[in-house]
Amino acid sequence: MKTTRRQFIKVSTMGAGSLAVGASIGKWTRASGLLGELTAGTSTPTRTPTYCEVCFWQCAGWVYKDEKGEIQKIVGNDDDPHCNGRFCPRGTGGVGQYTDGDRLKTPMIRTKVDGVDSFREVDWDEALDYIASKLKDISSRYGPECVALFTHGSGGAHFGHMLKAFGSQAVTAPSFAQCRGPREVGFLTTFGDIIYSPERTDIRDTRCLVLIGSHLGENMHNGQVQEMSDAIDKGASIITVDPRFSTVAGKSKFWLPIKPGTDMALLLAWMNVLIENGWYDKDYITRYAHGFDQLKEHVKKYTPEWAFGITTLAPDLIRKTAKEMFNASPAVIIHPGRHVTWYGDDTQRLRAVAILNALLGSWGRRGGFYQPEKAKVPDFPVPPFPTPKHQPTEAYKGKYNLANEVVSNGICDATIPTPDQNCSYKVWFVNGTNLLAALPDQEQTIKALEALELLVVIDTMPVEITGYADVILPECTYLERYDMLRKSGHREPNIAIRVPAAQPKYNTKPADWIAKNLAEKLGLGAWFPWKNMEELLDWQLNQVGSSLEEMKRIGVKKFPRQHDDLYFAPGEDIAFNTNTGKIELYSTDMEAEGFDPLPVYTAHEEPAEGFYRLIYGRAPMHTFSRTANNPNLTDLMDENTLWVNPKVAKLWDLKAGQYVKLKNQDGKVSTFSIKVRVTERIRWDSVYMVHGFGHNNKKLSRAHGRGINDTELVTNVKIDPVMGGTGMRGNFVTFITDFETTGKEAES
Amino acid sequence: MRYAMAVDTKKCVGCSDCVVACQTENKVPIGYCRDWIVEVTDGTYPQLEIEIRSERCNHCDNSPCVRCCPTGASHYADGGVVLVTHEACIGCGACIASCPYDARYPHPDGYVDKCTFCLENRVQKGLNPACVSVCPTKCLYFGDLDDPNSPVSLVLKKRKWKTLIPEAGTDPQLYFLV
Repeated sequence: MKTTRRQFIKVSTMGAGSLAVGASIGKWTRASGLLGELTAGTSTPTRTPTYCEVCFWQCAGWVYKDEKGEIQKIVGNDDDPHCNGRFCPRGTGGVGQYTDGDRLKTPMIRTKVDGVDSFREVDWDEALDYIASKLKDISSRYGPECVALFTHGSGGAHFGHMLKAFGSQAVTAPSFAQCRGPREVGFLTTFGDIIYSPERTDIRDTRCLVLIGSHLGENMHNGQVQEMSDAIDKGASIITVDPRFSTVAGKSKFWLPIKPGTDMALLLAWMNVLIENGWYDKDYITRYAHGFDQLKEHVKKYTPEWAFGITTLAPDLIRKTAKEMFNASPAVIIHPGRHVTWYGDDTQRLRAVAILNALLGSWGRRGGFYQPEKAKVPDFPVPPFPTPKHQPTEAYKGKYNLANEVVSNGICDATIPTPDQNCSYKVWFVNGTNLLAALPDQEQTIKALEALELLVVIDTMPVEITGYADVILPECTYLERYDMLRKSGHREPNIAIRVPAAQPKYNTKPADWIAKNLAEKLGLGAWFPWKNMEELLDWQLNQVGSSLEEMKRIGVKKFPRQHDDLYFAPGEDIAFNTNTGKIELYSTDMEAEGFDPLPVYTAHEEPAEGFYRLIYGRAPMHTFSRTANNPNLTDLMDENTLWVNPKVAKLWDLKAGQYVKLKNQDGKVSTFSIKVRVTERIRWDSVYMVHGFGHNNKKLSRAHGRGINDTELVTNVKIDPVMGGTGMRGNFVTFITDFETTGKEAES
Repeated sequence: MRYAMAVDTKKCVGCSDCVVACQTENKVPIGYCRDWIVEVTDGTYPQLEIEIRSERCNHCDNSPCVRCCPTGASHYADGGVVLVTHEACIGCGACIASCPYDARYPHPDGYVDKCTFCLENRVQKGLNPACVSVCPTKCLYFGDLDDPNSPVSLVLKKRKWKTLIPEAGTDPQLYFLV
């Protein structure tokens, strides 16, 4: 008898030419009460507009309820430029964020019972009173500037507002220094502008898309993935540079299986080929660029033959792909990526990416990078915020001057008391970010947590950081609340609204309510003069000729562009927002700060014998560590696997499906174990896993002990001196096959 | 009328959105699914190829599941769509054993369940099946093969395609663009 599929088949490959096959046979019996055909439309379905919070793309959609009034499904809003009516698997499975029975349910305060720390359930009034009295006491001793907020997502607007009213500007997000910071600074120092989110990449109309370690399709950045698919339909070529045969590598005309850590050599060699052959946009460079002659001289020595010895990529392949880009130019995108904090010279690598785009004239051109525009919506009028005595940048005074956002790890480091530290933080609010999975070097993070006088964690799930909290505030999910309008820039300026589709479950509250009520207890009510979010949103919407009533009907509203065209006009005179007013191939900012004004190649650490470079990435059905317990999404993928090349597996006698623990170069051993996936899709000098698994809080019933948390193995952090980014790809692991428990049996 | 679906393996990224969208649209219990992703890798590093397919019931013209069903629960509906009448299904599992594509599963409520092409809840109301509507890469094409201008007819004319296990003689109506 053939193997049958009884339960869900996970995405998997079991060696060349094999198929994914099934799990165990489910028990089934004849039901007494049979379900009728479940249809959505017996009565007129009610729908509520929202924008998604499962990732940062924030697609706008509609929440539908079933005949019992339960949230059944979420689908995209056809008018939304972020999603074009199509949600990604995480957005579609977002309903699981609401139904998850493991959610935080009621406020809790840390308390000692018989000398042992535990949490005591309290009501909201007690929790907020406790925080307010602590805050007043601590700020009377250290000033309000000693309070910091770490945030990711929509809650940040509410808590950030509260913090600023309190007197601190220390609002930070790991999305900068642990993620996209280097690309923003790399492009800012070159073009005088950043990439933004959603990215301003004009993939829809590109003729050549170059992805460097970026795995679109696995990182399900909805709009970009959709446009990549459109570009494939229109015959665009894709060039993928990745030591792993990613999904998109499988759709590429050229896959460059680069030796990890050597991307800079390839980028410099590409510059060399473009310039030596005259394969660049001469008119664009003459008109707009500063420092071409220096660049030309600088890259002379970086020949494809030179790069071959470093990258293991054949010179011919480097030349061919450079030609491919030039042929497509200016409709070519050397994609800046998103999570780019890899090796500590990341801003310089992203400068090299920016310079390549400049040579090919793709910035401001159709099929390259467009000029996004944001809808202008006035803020509800409030009194001016108090001026803090010191700014958060003093936490890392004299360093990272080119960082255009607050450096989270800088705040974290400044929380740990040192004799020469004059800017220490005593209180953290942490909202929507599991810092123990987001910040590398967990020991450092824990040291900072231990130094705090007050840690308030506001989240929907009992993620690890809640275990360190003094007070846990359970916020409701995005499906149960209003939030501020979404107004990210795009081709057309637009706004999207989030309206609660259900009442908050359990004893949870929306972030706006928490911030406003805490502010009032702190005597900061003047900064929260609105009655509720309805009043706030309706006022804002009235200013732009809309209303809450209209937005509830349409969900997304577009506005005509007020400013520049989407692309530069031919021969248009452009003043770039740089020191020279030009596109700075040669960066005067970098030079002034004492960094290389033109990017140079630096060799990075190599694995010792028996060790493999730890590479991590994304799966399309998960976001960071925040979805690892979502019932709908764990149904698709409930643990990460360790990709191991068959040659390596043979050497170590590893079998597919076997569980191993990992030990890194510093002797750090993973808490849990991970299932081995033997696959040709990874180089023999590296192993790969999806980030966000290996949760060690037992309250996460579906996520606990499932797979490995890559962050705990990232102890060798390479700080980017330009903007403070934490390079995380310089870590190496070896296998431990002899251990007592498997991941699923292990207890933390 | 002959409903059919085409899956563009050149665009599918295997994100499983089709799976979740089907589950929420059709209230498929967690742990079960009516559609799924198959990924096939060939070659040795770095000479590799990959094919990713979103699979489901093939709604065959010559369906062994309909033929072997002892109660008539499995039947052809409009446009050749193969459906199971839950009330008439005794859960014997003959259809599951007969299907070369493993497209059917035993629903915990006691009947056999599978993809319906969302015939009654969506297609007959003028909508695409849930998986087709949601797919971020627009790699799924659906429509009536008897209509030369339907999306599926047009794409099958333009592109090379294959079906799965054609040697089973079931005349499957799920096409894979290659």
